[in-house]
This record gives sequence, structure tokens and C-alpha cells, in this order.
Amino acid sequence: MSDVSDAMKGAVAGTAAKGRDGAPFLVAALSPGRTEERYEDKHPRYTEAEAVTEANRCLYCVDAPCIKACPTEIDIPTFIHKISTGNVRGAARTILTANLLGQSCGQVCPVEVLCAGSCVYNTWDRDPIRIGRLQRYAVETALEKNPALFQKKAPTGKRIACIGAGPASLAVAGWLALEGHRAVIFERKPLPGGLNTLGVAPYKMKADESLGEIEWLLSLGDIELRHGVSVAAEARGPHEIAARSLLEEYDAVFLGLGLGDDSQLNIPGEEGEGVVGAVAFVERLKVDPALAVEGVRRAAVIGGGNTALDVAHELALLGVDVSLIYRRGRAAMTGYAHELDSARVDGARLVEDRAPVEVLREDGRVVGVRLARTEGGRPVAGGEEVLPVDLVAVSIGQSRATQVALAFEGVALDGRGRLLVDEATGRTGNPRVWSGGDCVNGGDLVVTAVADGKRAARSIHAALVDATSPAGA
Amino acid sequence: MADLSIDFAGIKSPNPFWLASAPPANTGDQVMRAFDVGWGGAVWKTLGNPIVNVSSRFWANDYGSTRMMGLNNIELITDRPLDVNLREMREVKRRYPKHTLIASLMVDTKEEWREIIKKVEDVGVDGLELNFGCPHGMCERGMGSAVGAEPKVLQEIAGWAVDCARTPVIIKLTPNVGDIVEPGEAVERSGAHAISLINTVKSIMAVDLDRMVPLPRVGGASTNGGYCGPAVKPIALHMLGELTRHPKVSRLPISGIGGISTWRDAAEFIALGATSVQVCTAVMHYGYRIVEDMLEGLSDYLDSQGMRSIEELRGRAVQNYAHWGDLDLSYRVVADIDPVKCIGCQLCYVACMDGAHQCIHLPGRTEEQSRKAGHTHIPAQVPDIVALGKGAPAGVRVPFVDEEECIGCNLCALVCPVSGCISMKELPSGKPPETWNDRVQRGDDVVPGGLDATAAARAERGRA
Ligand SMILES: Cc1cc2nc3c(=O)[nH]c(=O)nc-3n(C[C@H](O)[C@H](O)[C@H](O)COP(=O)(O)OP(=O)(O)OC[C@H]3O[C@@H](n4cnc5c(N)ncnc54)[C@H](O)[C@@H]3O)c2cc1C
Ligand SMILES: Cc1cc2nc3c(=O)[nH]c(=O)nc-3n(C[C@H](O)[C@H](O)[C@H](O)COP(=O)(O)O)c2cc1C
Ligand code: SF4
Ligand code: SF4
Ligand code: SF4
Repeated sequence: MSDVSDAMKGAVAGTAAKGRDGAPFLVAALSPGRTEERYEDKHPRYTEAEAVTEANRCLYCVDAPCIKACPTEIDIPTFIHKISTGNVRGAARTILTANLLGQSCGQVCPVEVLCAGSCVYNTWDRDPIRIGRLQRYAVETALEKNPALFQKKAPTGKRIACIGAGPASLAVAGWLALEGHRAVIFERKPLPGGLNTLGVAPYKMKADESLGEIEWLLSLGDIELRHGVSVAAEARGPHEIAARSLLEEYDAVFLGLGLGDDSQLNIPGEEGEGVVGAVAFVERLKVDPALAVEGVRRAAVIGGGNTALDVAHELALLGVDVSLIYRRGRAAMTGYAHELDSARVDGARLVEDRAPVEVLREDGRVVGVRLARTEGGRPVAGGEEVLPVDLVAVSIGQSRATQVALAFEGVALDGRGRLLVDEATGRTGNPRVWSGGDCVNGGDLVVTAVADGKRAARSIHAALVDATSPAGA
Repeated sequence: MADLSIDFAGIKSPNPFWLASAPPANTGDQVMRAFDVGWGGAVWKTLGNPIVNVSSRFWANDYGSTRMMGLNNIELITDRPLDVNLREMREVKRRYPKHTLIASLMVDTKEEWREIIKKVEDVGVDGLELNFGCPHGMCERGMGSAVGAEPKVLQEIAGWAVDCARTPVIIKLTPNVGDIVEPGEAVERSGAHAISLINTVKSIMAVDLDRMVPLPRVGGASTNGGYCGPAVKPIALHMLGELTRHPKVSRLPISGIGGISTWRDAAEFIALGATSVQVCTAVMHYGYRIVEDMLEGLSDYLDSQGMRSIEELRGRAVQNYAHWGDLDLSYRVVADIDPVKCIGCQLCYVACMDGAHQCIHLPGRTEEQSRKAGHTHIPAQVPDIVALGKGAPAGVRVPFVDEEECIGCNLCALVCPVSGCISMKELPSGKPPETWNDRVQRGDDVVPGGLDATAAARAERGRA
């Protein structure tokens, strides 16, 4: 399946986009008629009255547990206090200083298991503060009024290459640009943002919102986005750039490669139309107007992680009859309980202890999936049944995209294909190469990718400044 | 970015935010921690002959789920030895030469004033604040508010200080007076250089109904204390306004105190003529950290108004603090409910029914039902406006304001829990502007329907 429709590719691929006059150059590249536009925002931006009322409920705790639960350590009580005094700009400053992608984090973070999950109100058996919604309100409201929130430092002449335009790389580029360095981001896809643009469920955040945030981020300083360019061991054409030349041209390199393609089931009938990888499917749902879901009446989603839950929920909201097939029991699911609950509320059905063993086709068309009973997650003989469906979405994990990292001398992978980095700095075995995000943690969250980016940016900046300060200073 | 630095009676301060003389400015360690997070100055906890403090000392007024809307204390001045305080003050000034350090003082005799002023000036303070405000304990010994409430005594003692001081003398006033202008004028006559106000308001916070003892309780008894915190801000703003619109007293810089908790509060004090502001209760509640929001909020506010400095904001609202007789009687506003924001709680309705002018109507009632509910004026039509807010359950109706009858009192807008839901919109009254004083001048200041005796007396005067 192609990443995005050809029409869209033509619009932006291969050009070196750069923000000018605040014109929405990335958002403008999206074509209308995308399936994502059909979704309602689950947590729309608070109005001022709603935000102030909620902010006044916050106790302004000291040494607050919510801060500790935030991977980027946003000073939550301080920003909420500022909302309560009408200092929305200051609130945005507090958020973005700690987390440059504070706007999307306000929308996509699973706050139930992060900040809000640790709010002292839980201990009191009361509704926790809606931290995510307050965060979204503060950042969006402040940036809408005046996006010039930060002042970049004087140019240092140092250059950093960021590979991949996902949250990890964007965070690195943003922070280093504020320090006066030049950052060039190489992204193989036509659109930047990684899974934050192409993967996040559309009822949380749509592609245009992620792209709008990226436009702001690119305006922070000297950042260039080169999309449609892959980093490879050897360059085989104009759309590739070799690892070696990056090390030659740049003072530092950050690898924010994310994860690779959807893994496959490897069962009979899997190849062909009607069986889709979950992540690839969501990407089309978000940005490809050519995706047609009208013909789909019944679907099976295979998996038990958050991506599986998202896809099931997204299909259910489109009116599709969805069965989520999981090879173990509910308690073993890696997806969040609150996401499962809300997917079920919206109509998705959970089928536990079953695994697909064959995709059934008639004239090539998918008509069903054969399910086997499982024990301990493995199929056992007896009791097979057929579930009639016309779409199968496979969500059993993503492969690694990290092989290219080995082209940077000294960089190593662990046994599961994840990049090995120093815990405190995000530095790889090559002293001029750093990494972070999904390609290091094996697949987690936007906010942890941003936290990794922050860690790396600090270390890169320190290394670059060290290199320029006079000896003995 | 706007310049937040100020010049207060010759004292340069990096910003207008000072700790008030109170527990947050009790020790050198505290003051230095406060300076580290952004406070521009501190008025040290009042020095004098050390006293003994009681336990317990504070009580607060909660309102709904808001804790400490008002705070009261029966604490006296510092209970630490003078030389310890002086040593720490010297250290603070040595380490933070650019920050403002003011000594708050309270002693009795002329000799004592002379001696303590010399001592604090020798450690390098930037100014002196004479505590003529403490309304409990010390006033019974003839100090504190006992001085602030007696203009003659105030002028005399302030004069002693002015005579021997080398640094600016600030007089801290008590709000426990009938008319703040009297002590204000006494300060001006004394030659002192500045004023700070307010100190605390005399108060009894509550009564313990089991023990039959007022609160805070010290064993089996209590005493009146001083009230401060958000609840006293309006009192402080009024007294500030009285002095900043006074032709003579307004020449003195004023440090505004009383209930300041946010940048907005501070901006209001400055707009009403204060040069610096002092904070006690908000710091006692939330800690020094609140200054971050104060600095940022004030700076952003000035930027948003195109003002480059505190000085450009200072006093902007003073000229609009008028006497009642100069208000325009023709000006007219009426309540306007936004159906998108209304949540249908009907608090506006009951407030208007029982506390205002009975001009908010509930849709869907017959005329008879309306009369029974207590309406005396029934509009020709009460439109049935459905609440338009997202997520509003079907059937939620928005109350209707009868503009003909609305007197524009603001009450409904004040009780409405959804901020911005009820706004007061201006309506042309069709009449030219006219004040009560205009009417008095024209001899047209009688409203029909008054007392016979008054009418007779006026007629008599008219003949004379
Ligand atoms: C369906 C789905 C829903 C999700 N929903 C949420 C959510 O609600 N909340 C949340 O917090 N997280 C969510 N996540 C996870 C989150 O999106 C990721 O953890 C996060 O985006 C990781 O950021 P990253 O920068 O490490 O990688 P990515 O976002 O994957 O970005 C990596 C980028 O690098 C590019 N790239 C890779 N290799 C090369 C190369 N050789 N040359 C050039 N470019 C390259 C890729 O094209 C991609 O754009 C979701 C993930 C999925 C799959
Ligand atoms: C516990 C306590 C002790 C105080 N002690 C002093 C004092 O020693 N000298 C003084 O001038 N004012 C004293 N004050 C008054 C404060 O300086 C300030 O004028 C008053 O609290 C109003 O400001 P606020 O509303 O910000 O608290 C004290 C107030 C409190 C609450
Ligand atoms: S824990 Fe909850 S109440 Fe406390 S500061 Fe954080 S959000 Fe506010
Ligand atoms: S606040 Fe501190 S000093 Fe006061 S009663 Fe509590 S513990 Fe004691
Ligand atoms: S008080 Fe406000 S929210 Fe309540 S009914 Fe009136 S207008 Fe509506």
C-alpha cells in the first residue's frame, strides 16, 4: 500500500520546505476529503470560562506528583496557576519550555496513566484535574494570539542533522535552533511529524493540527525540513543521502528513526487486497483522500496493543462492525484499559483467546477469517470458527527501521533491533551521533520521544559548546 | 519586553514586587530564597524591642471551596533579637546589593527611634518603613495603629524619623480609621518621603461554638487580630485611590499592600497609582514561587498594552476614580445572556427575582404562572430560547432578560457561574449625559415622591 496518494506526493515531495511569513505551507499540502475529517474531536479545546474554572480547581501542589509523572517534567501546577490568573501566555511558556510539542501532547498523551493519573485528587477519590485539556487550551490560545514566544540565540555556526521528522527529531531540532544552531531534518515521507501526524487517532488529533504545530516549531530558528529524502548506507539517487556524508557535513547527527512497517501474520490468504497493516491503514485514513471505507461493513482487528485498540475504535466510529481479536485474555492486553473501555462504548467487540489461522477469500475478495482457540496465547486444535469480515487489520507490532543506523560507525543495536544509547545523554557509541524515541525504546509515546529529544538536545548542545569554548576555559 | 524596574522615592528596585513586613520576610535565609526566585525587594519583619508571641496565632476565612480567602493574625513584631536581625540584614544586602531591603520599625520614644534608625542604616538598608499600622497588641502599648489613627502623633513621630534618617522614610498606614485622608495628609506634612498601605484590618474571625471562645484560640481565650488576604483587597484599593487622587498627598510614592495575589491584582494597584506592591498572605499560602507568574503576567500585560515601563501604567486609572455626583445618570446598560454559554442553572433568575428588579423570566411560563412566581411586569413576549451550548441536554432553556425593566445592576452577571456568559451591553438611553452635580447646579435635584418636610424646607430656602 502506498504511503499517501500520488496527488499529495506531487504537492510536497522533494522540495525543501521552509516557513515563510507564517503561511500554512505544510497544512496547505493536505488534500481535502480525508477520512479523518469525519471524526469529531473527543476533547475539544476548552473555552476560556471552562479553562479558568478547571484551573481554579487545581490545588497548586508543591513537589507535585503530576510533574513527576510527566516524562518531560512540565511544571503543571505553575502553568495551571497561570491559567487561573489569566496569564495564558506565561502558561504556554511554562509548558513549551519543558516540552516543545506541548500542543500535541495536550491532545495525544494518555494522561490517565501519566500526569492526571497521579493527580492528588485521585487519592481523594475525586476527578483528577484535566491537565491535558488545560495544556491544549494554554498552548493553542497563546500561540494563536502571538506565536513569537521564544527568542532564539545568536547563530553559532554549528550544524546538526536530524534523521526522521518524528516528535523525537522535531524536539531536538527545535531546542537546538533556539540555542542558535542550524538544524536540518531529513524525512523520507512527504509529510513530517512521523506517527504524530500519520498515526495518532483522528478523534484525538488530526494531521493538520500536527502539521500546524510543526510549522510553528520550524519557525523557532534556523531549521530546514528536507522531506522525501531517505538516509541510507549508500546514496542510490537524489532521494537518498549517505550516512557518511552526514557525518562529514554536520557537527552532530540525531537518529529519530521510529519504527518500521507493520509486522505480518504469515498465515494463508494474508497477501492481497482486504488485509492491511494497522499503521499503514491509519496513515491512509489520516491523509489519503483516496482511501475508501464505504464498502467495509465488518472488520477484524488482530492484536491487543494500543494501535489495535485505536484501529478498532476508529472503524467502529465509522459505523463498521468491528471485532478485536486477541490471542490472550483482557488482563494480558498491553493496550490501556481506558482505551479498551472507550472503544467498546463506541461499539467495538472484544474476542479473547482467539488467533487467526487463515484469511478466507472468494474471487480474491476477503470474506472471513478463520479463528482458532488459544491457550497461553498459542493456537490449539479443536473449536475453530469462521468470522465473516471484509477487512482484516493486522496490528501485531512493527518491524525495526534501524538497520541504517549501523552505517554510522560505532552505533550498535541490541538483540531486538533497538539502538543502544547512554541512559543519561542519549549518545550512541559514536560520539557525534545521538538517538531517541521509538527506535530506542522499541515503541512508546510522543511524550517519551520528546523527552528523549530533550535529553539529546542538552547533550548535543553541551558537546557543541564545549568544542567551541577555548581550551582550559 | 517592558521594563519592570522602578524608582520608589529614590530607591531603585529591579521590580515592583516586594515582600511585606510579615513572616515571609522574617529571616535572612527566607529573604534570600525569595530574591533568588524573583522578588525585587523585601520589607523586613518589624524590628523593635523583642516581644513574646503567642501560640496559636492565625485563623482564616474560607469561602466555599476556597481556602484562606481572608487571613487573620495576632502575631506581634519580630520575636528575634535585634542583633541577629541586623547581622542577617547586612548579609542580605551584601549578597544582593541590587535588591531592595527596607527595615520596618516600631519603637516608642524619640531616643529609641533615633537609635534603631541609626542601627538599621548602618547595616545598609535602602529605606525605613515606620509601622504605624499593627492593630493588635502593639497599639495597646501606644504604638502601631495607635499612632496611625492619631494624625498629630503620627506627624510628630514621623518628623523625628525624618530628622535623623539618611534614607527615605516610608509611613505604613492602618486602615482602621474613619478617613484615610487624615493620616495621609499628616504624612505629607511630616516631610516623610512615602506611604505604604494597608496594614491589617481589626477583626475577630470566628467563634468556637463548643468552647465559646473566639478564634484563633490561645488556651481559653482569644483577642482581636488583623485581617488580610484577598478579602481586604477592595479596602486597600479604596484607600489607595483616596490618597492618589488627593492633590497634595498624591505627590508621595505609595507602596500598595493588601490582598495582592496575582499579577492582575498588582497591575490594578499600579493603575490606581501605587509605585511598588507588597505581598504577605499569598506568599504565606502558596510560597515565594508565585512571583514567577506575577513578573511574567505583568510584563506580558504591559507589552500587550504597548507600555514600555511600570511608569507608563502607574496612575492611569486615578482620573477615572470619580465622586458619585460626577457619574453620568444617563448611561445605561442591560444584561445580555449568551445562549451558547448558558448552562441553565437559573441562578441569575433567582438573584434578579429576590435581589434585584424581577426582570429575568423563565421561558415556557404562562402569564398566570409568572405572576404567581412574583413578576409584576410581564413582557409582551418571553421568547423560548434553547441553550445552544455543545452537549446541552434537550429542553434546557435560557432565561430571558426583559430589557425594558432591567436596571443594569450587574447582579445576574456576578452570580452566573460561567464567566463571560452574561455580559452587560450598553444601550443608548436617548438622553444627553447629565450628572447629579449638574442637577444640583440647575436646582433640579429633587426626585418626586419624597418627604413633605424636605420639600417644605427646600421651598423655604428658595424663598429666602
Ligand atoms: C497507530 C498509532 C497511534 C498512536 N497514538 C499515540 C497516542 O495517542 N499518543 C501517544 O503519545 N503516542 C501514540 N503513538 C506512538 C507515537 O506516535 C510514537 O511513539 C512517536 O511518534 C515516536 O516518535 P519518533 O520520533 O520516535 O518516531 P516516529 O514518529 O515514528 O517518526 C520517525 C520518522 O522517521 C522517518 N524515518 C525513518 N527512517 C528514516 C530514514 N532512514 N530516513 C529518513 N527518514 C526516516 C519516518 O518516516 C518517520 O517520519 C501511536 C502510534 C501508533 C502507531
Ligand atoms: C502573620 C502576619 C504578621 C504580620 N506582621 C507584620 C509586621 O510585623 N509588621 C507590619 O508592618 N505588618 C505586618 N503584617 C501585615 C502585612 O505586612 C500586610 O500589611 C498585610 O498582611 C496585608 O497584606 P496581604 O493581604 O498581602 O497579607 C503581618 C501580617 C500577617 C498575616
Ligand atoms: S497533582 Fe493535581 S491538583 Fe496537584 S498540582 Fe497536579 S494537577 Fe494540580
Ligand atoms: S505551619 Fe509550621 S509552625 Fe505553623 S503550626 Fe504548622 S507546623 Fe507549626
Ligand atoms: S446564571 Fe448563567 S448559566 Fe445560570 S441560567 Fe443564568 S445565564 Fe444561564
